[in-house]
Amino acid sequence: MRELMTGNMAAAWGMRLAEVDYLPAFPITPQTEIIETVARWVADGEVKTRMVTMDSEHSMVTAAGSAAATGIRVFTATSSQGLLYGMEMLYAVAGWRAPFVLVNVSRALSSPVTLEPDHNDVLAARDSGFLQLHCATCQEVVDGVLLAYRLAEDKHVRLPVIVNLDGYYLSFTREPLVLPTLEMARSFLPSFDSGTIRFRGHQPLSQGVAVLGGSQYSYFRYQCHLAAMNGLDVFAEVAAQFGELTGRHYQAVNAYRHEDAEVIFVMMGSFSGKARVAVDHLRKKGLKAGLVRLFLLRPFPENDLVDSICHCRGVAVIDQNISMGKGGVLYGEIASALYNRKGKPEALVNFIGGLGGRDITSDEFFEMFKITAQAAADGRVPSPRLLYSRDEYGRMQGLRAMAGAEGKRDDR
Amino acid sequence: MTDNKPIHAIGAGTSACAGCGALEDIRLFCEILGENTVFVNAAGCMTLLTIYPYTPFHGSWIYTAMASAPAGAQGVRDALDILLDKGMAREDDLQVVVLTGDGAANGMGLSATSAAMDRGLDFIYICYDNEGYGNTGYQFSPATPHGAKTTTSPADSGRSGYKKDLFSIWAAHGPAYLATVSGAAPGDMARKIKKAKYIKGPRMFIALAPCPTGWHFDPSLTVEIGKMAIKSGVWPLKEIDQGRLIHNRKPKEEALRSLVADYLALQGRFDHLFQPHRDEKTLGEILGRVEKYWQEVS
Repeated sequence: MRELMTGNMAAAWGMRLAEVDYLPAFPITPQTEIIETVARWVADGEVKTRMVTMDSEHSMVTAAGSAAATGIRVFTATSSQGLLYGMEMLYAVAGWRAPFVLVNVSRALSSPVTLEPDHNDVLAARDSGFLQLHCATCQEVVDGVLLAYRLAEDKHVRLPVIVNLDGYYLSFTREPLVLPTLEMARSFLPSFDSGTIRFRGHQPLSQGVAVLGGSQYSYFRYQCHLAAMNGLDVFAEVAAQFGELTGRHYQAVNAYRHEDAEVIFVMMGSFSGKARVAVDHLRKKGLKAGLVRLFLLRPFPENDLVDSICHCRGVAVIDQNISMGKGGVLYGEIASALYNRKGKPEALVNFIGGLGGRDITSDEFFEMFKITAQAAADGRVPSPRLLYSRDEYGRMQGLRAMAGAEGKRDDR
Repeated sequence: MTDNKPIHAIGAGTSACAGCGALEDIRLFCEILGENTVFVNAAGCMTLLTIYPYTPFHGSWIYTAMASAPAGAQGVRDALDILLDKGMAREDDLQVVVLTGDGAANGMGLSATSAAMDRGLDFIYICYDNEGYGNTGYQFSPATPHGAKTTTSPADSGRSGYKKDLFSIWAAHGPAYLATVSGAAPGDMARKIKKAKYIKGPRMFIALAPCPTGWHFDPSLTVEIGKMAIKSGVWPLKEIDQGRLIHNRKPKEEALRSLVADYLALQGRFDHLFQPHRDEKTLGEILGRVEKYWQEVS
């Protein structure tokens, strides 16, 4: 049966279907609806999850990690500044090899402070040791949480996983979706077995201990990396099982009309829905566009990604984030994946867009296609292009005048 | 007479400095609490007790970060409670013990500690108070006493601020049990730990931890300095049990004047108060505060 629900509700349902033991929480827009939903279920006795409100996200991630390290199934959720406030602990708990799921509802970072989404928050956690799934639909959110638990708890992985959904565009947008039944969820995701990595009486265990020297440090860091890399095979395996159970088949890399594409857009998250529509429009006009979207960012599905884009002439990487003084974060990832491949695309162009919830319009997809095709033809690749329209610029000048910040007015 | 055998409570050969007052405190906690404990540690000197692959503890250990050991304790306690509800055997349960220095307790860990008490978390908190950021080479912390020289208050005026009243801050939360202790008063300390062991809820300890390398005294004097801290009234031994504040030892008021100065004079961090000239103004101020404390509580 199809139901209509927001991305936040879908995240809460993912937690419910995973029969999570414990949820340390702290509210932040636009994540709050998730913990409010669970709190209501707990109050009504619909779920057995124990929920505790912490004093900060730093404490929240600590409690999530220490509870998972004690051997129970843990869920938590945050957003934006909250993810950054907890950042120290993201790195720490990954090193504890404490497997749990953290839903991040993407929201752009301060300054200036805003509530609307982009991916700078979740990408700041890129190197933390958390694996990352990036959802494009509310269906992917509920299914992604279940996939994430299998990935996290697999004995070849044992790392925490972030499931990311875009604030507003998914968090507060109702979409039709199919909830897995509890029986399906149980058969897909058995209860968590932490093995001997747990705190119990008469079985002393030390966690998160100090090391002296780079040799020991490197050993444990490499172990984490290799465990994360194991996630590629584990993801393929659990996604196949999930597909058999539900009929919904997930892939680390999702390609659309890419086989014969001249230019392929590469991106993550819900804005790929806009790209998909744009690809169809471009095709109608005889322009061979395609789309490749990363569902799995960590571990990085390099081979699948390269296989899906290597044949085209130009790749337009659309980064919904900005690394000041460089450009897009995803761009660097794609470039490094392609560099050593023979017959790689002629041009790899970087576009920054959708920051702080700014739309990416159909016209802009046309423009990006054109610029990328041109770069592939003449070999001249522009520096990262910052999407911004003349109209916006005009409106911004009006606001600047109002703010009294108007200097030399630029009427371009 | 009580037979405390703290020598067996934790393994020998730790990386703690000779004469470490904090280690002296922790031994007695370990002895009385037994091996079914999990120490949840924040960044500080004691973090280096457990260095891979060694640990001096018979029980479990988890290092968190500087600010969030009480939150780590919340996660472990809640997880154990959930497991007990699911049928885990009672003997698999653990006493959850937060172990932090005064830097974490008075500063960035205060929010997490306040929240843990607010939630009535069933745990023991040991703050070993060496009155400074010891592990980084002894910089002043909010717990450093007025006038003490540290590596970040190196001038002859010493630290300009005053030791934060963590006891009162914690007391305002109404924890199940709250006490100051000192390894130099093991009988008092053992009695308090034994009492706290069987109480439910937040059980908070501030343990004086004389620090030879930070306070600048010979490691053989740790116990002597601890005793002097109590005798001089600088370190009041007290507890709040079921809402009632009790001072366990009251110093002789007429002796305070000379004893406070004697206590300070034992420590190199206060040398500038005595040499080349006796700094009567600062000494008078420190003494005045000690006297005022005891007048107010008597």
